[in-house]
Amino acid sequence: MLTAEAPATNVSLPATDRNEPARGGAVIALESLSKTYSEVVAVRDFNLPVEGGEFCTLLGPSGSGKTTTLMMIAGFVQPTRGRILINGSDVTRLPPQRRGLGVVFQNYALFPHMSVFDNVAFPLAMRHVPGAEVRELVARMLKIVELTGFEKRLPYQLSGGQQQRVALARALVFEPTVLLMDEPLGALDKKLRASLQLELKHLQRRLNVTVIYVTHDQEEALTMSDKIVVMRDGMIDQVGTPEDLYERPETAFVADFIGEANFVTGVVTATTAEFATIEHPAGRTIRGVCAHRFEVGAAAVASMRPEQLWLATGRPTGDDENALPGRVTEITYLGEAIKYHVIVGEARPRLAQTLVVRERARSDSARFAEGDAVHVVWPVTETRLLDGRDDVG
Amino acid sequence: MDRERSRLTVGNVPVRIAAWSGLAFLIGPLFVIVPVSFSSAQYLTFPPPGLSLQWYERFFSSSQWLDSVWVSLQVAVISSIASMVLGVLAAFPLVRTEFRGKMVVYAVILAPMIVPLIVSAIAIFFLFASLGLTGTVIAIAIGHTVVVLPVVVIIVTATLQAFDIRLEQAAISLGAGPLTAFRRVTLPVIAPGVVSGGLFAFLTSFDELMIPLFLGGPDAQTLAVRIWNSVILEIEPTIAAVSTFLIVLALLVLGLASLLQRIRPRSGLARSG
Amino acid sequence: MTLAEAQSSALAMVPADAAEKRATRRSLLLLAPALIFLAVFFAYPLFDMFGRSFEGPEGLTIAHYEAFATRTIYIRVLVITFQIALSVTLLCLAIGYPIAFVMANASPMVMRVMLVFILLPFFTSMLVRTYAWMVILSPKGVLVASIEAVGLGTPKLIYNRTGLLIGMVYTMLPYMVLTLFSIMKTIDQSLTAVAHSLGATAWQSFRRVYFPLSLPGVAGGSLLVFILSAGFYIVPRLMGGDRDQMLATIIAYQVDILLNWGFASAMAVILLAITLVLFGLYARFVGLRQLLASKF
Repeated sequence: MLTAEAPATNVSLPATDRNEPARGGAVIALESLSKTYSEVVAVRDFNLPVEGGEFCTLLGPSGSGKTTTLMMIAGFVQPTRGRILINGSDVTRLPPQRRGLGVVFQNYALFPHMSVFDNVAFPLAMRHVPGAEVRELVARMLKIVELTGFEKRLPYQLSGGQQQRVALARALVFEPTVLLMDEPLGALDKKLRASLQLELKHLQRRLNVTVIYVTHDQEEALTMSDKIVVMRDGMIDQVGTPEDLYERPETAFVADFIGEANFVTGVVTATTAEFATIEHPAGRTIRGVCAHRFEVGAAAVASMRPEQLWLATGRPTGDDENALPGRVTEITYLGEAIKYHVIVGEARPRLAQTLVVRERARSDSARFAEGDAVHVVWPVTETRLLDGRDDVG
Repeated sequence: MDRERSRLTVGNVPVRIAAWSGLAFLIGPLFVIVPVSFSSAQYLTFPPPGLSLQWYERFFSSSQWLDSVWVSLQVAVISSIASMVLGVLAAFPLVRTEFRGKMVVYAVILAPMIVPLIVSAIAIFFLFASLGLTGTVIAIAIGHTVVVLPVVVIIVTATLQAFDIRLEQAAISLGAGPLTAFRRVTLPVIAPGVVSGGLFAFLTSFDELMIPLFLGGPDAQTLAVRIWNSVILEIEPTIAAVSTFLIVLALLVLGLASLLQRIRPRSGLARSG
Repeated sequence: MTLAEAQSSALAMVPADAAEKRATRRSLLLLAPALIFLAVFFAYPLFDMFGRSFEGPEGLTIAHYEAFATRTIYIRVLVITFQIALSVTLLCLAIGYPIAFVMANASPMVMRVMLVFILLPFFTSMLVRTYAWMVILSPKGVLVASIEAVGLGTPKLIYNRTGLLIGMVYTMLPYMVLTLFSIMKTIDQSLTAVAHSLGATAWQSFRRVYFPLSLPGVAGGSLLVFILSAGFYIVPRLMGGDRDQMLATIIAYQVDILLNWGFASAMAVILLAITLVLFGLYARFVGLRQLLASKF
């Protein structure tokens, strides 16, 4: 066993004359990481570089393998295949206590029998940091998470948000270069979550630590991340910045999972380098921007964000715009916007589908009423053509 | 309570009377014993004609009674500690590890609870008799360890099942080795469960008669055997004094256990969503 | 909670590669002390006893079993054992069902008080409780005196079947109540209310809705009490009459007084076999967990 050896540490002593721990977030590389449980593949051929100081989020529905991936990085799950590199050195076979990573668990995993101080001091005690140093480091960390004065409390005497901060302080006090977080805000109510998201982001910037964050909440991922990894069925669907994923989804799954999207399926009839035309089975053609190269005759899905769509009484004349005729079935006021549900392709019941249109509310709001015949119109440049074999939920 | 009222209609008054009579039947005898132990009469009678501490005096001045308390204490302490050690060790793989034949292992460990005590007692008696080891404290303690081990395993596995393994992982991620994590995090958190398992083991061993009846001897007579012998030979109020002592012991253990139970939810997991 | 599940299954570590297999083996080592201890001091003695039951003066024999099966006195003991165990079971059910029913439907406060009433005697030394009954039921005791006082004659309440049953029902009642209670607690209280609202009378809604749902508890509690009663020694020995000899009593007698270990072993094997068969039934009816839950 390797237990006798001291755990990995980045605590440089003495650190008395520094107000702020200076550190650089570690570079992480995951190389063809796979995990199989007897027959079930939890994670398949996972490749991901994470830059130093980056806030990287693993986003996906439950069962997508994101927690398993995080646990492999933390060292609690042994990968079946592949390597994990931190700052260039292979840690795949290193036991978790020697990886020196900060981990914040779901529900925080605060030690119930220890005070706030003892919880935060725990990693320092494991590293045999002398007492005076411990007091100073803990005090500084508690100040950062704004919990000064709570040292003697036991975890059950704290609110959910406070427990979360203690967990964070505990994971950061030994100045790890990587922080792993597993749905750390999942147990909190919406409002608290929103404020903690920003705090967390600021703290990460300030301490310049590399964060790998797991969540199933796309809004949270968009708010906090530098890079989002969308996972599905143990594989990466798409990696990109929040803007990339929202504006330029590469799969229908990503378009659907992040934000809201309308989908119209069809067969490619013509392509150019950037654009392609698909024909909807009902006979209408739709032009859009290709997410990747298409062959003529291939199945494709046109994906549009509801806020890019608007309603018109007649068919527009320009060919910069796509349009589908339909009928308004439902109108919802959202305050700053109005949401219309429009059924299109009613003539052929099997092909009928509902599009969601989100128009900004204007003074002459509700220009349309339920039952009105309308055209749903949107720009060709805001139409993304995605692989049609991909099933859309 | 509204819900209760909606349930408890006419037919329920007799049912309630029956229930509380049943409970009176259960608790009543304990209220007979305690007064008898303070009786001033020289013979056994209820209700006692007057009060005195003579039977307690007799109990505390009799080396026979006190010796048997000492033997019982030794047996109970050894068997509860031994069963706690064996039980805690076994509980970990039973809860944490998936392996084939787990149900068989469970069955083996819980079997002493299923096999009638008289059968276990004579079987173990035959073993120690052939080794010439009957009549010793250690023989009784071993017998009792067999009998109380299932109790401890049940309580400790239940405790361990409720333990959030992420606490242990958190400790390890913070730099603790597996053993340190166990010692500083897992053990303190499951301690109330382990201790209440030990308490029940202690009480069970203290009361159990069959094992010491067969495995004991003149030099190793537990309190239970001493009571048994005097109940068979003569019924006199000293036993009532001893009994009162044992009732207090049961109360104490029950109280302690429920106190430990109350610690647990507090120190359990962080509030979950 | 699917995430937590995914995680815990991830941690359970179904052996996939060598490192995990090694970890599994290491953790299984922790079972060794308990299993070795039980093998030496429990399993071996039982096997030894089994072997002993076939041992005669000249080698292997089934003489002990033959003796048991052919002598009326032992058959009588077996019959009496079953008779008593059955009576105790039925009496416990009759007394215990209302207790568990009221307890399961009481407010939390009342429920706690009732539980103390059950658990305190349950955890008090069995000898003490038996002794208390001997005091109460003794011919010069308060109960006989008061029955005499109201002119109902002078009943004999101890050292006969009556005393035996009182003592055994008293000892077994907590097992019955706790098993019933553990099942009844899980019965949705609104179900009987629904039955009421559908026009059932109180009795109908009990008989057609509540009682069928409590049957697992009835079956479990009954089998548990029967099993424990069949192997019981202390109360029959102290409170029963000469004609109420049960299996456990004569096993002890064979060991202690007659020193006939072979025959005692054979009878112990028979008792064990009966218990295991009943327990098999129990496991099928209620499942292992229930037995454990009701016992502690």
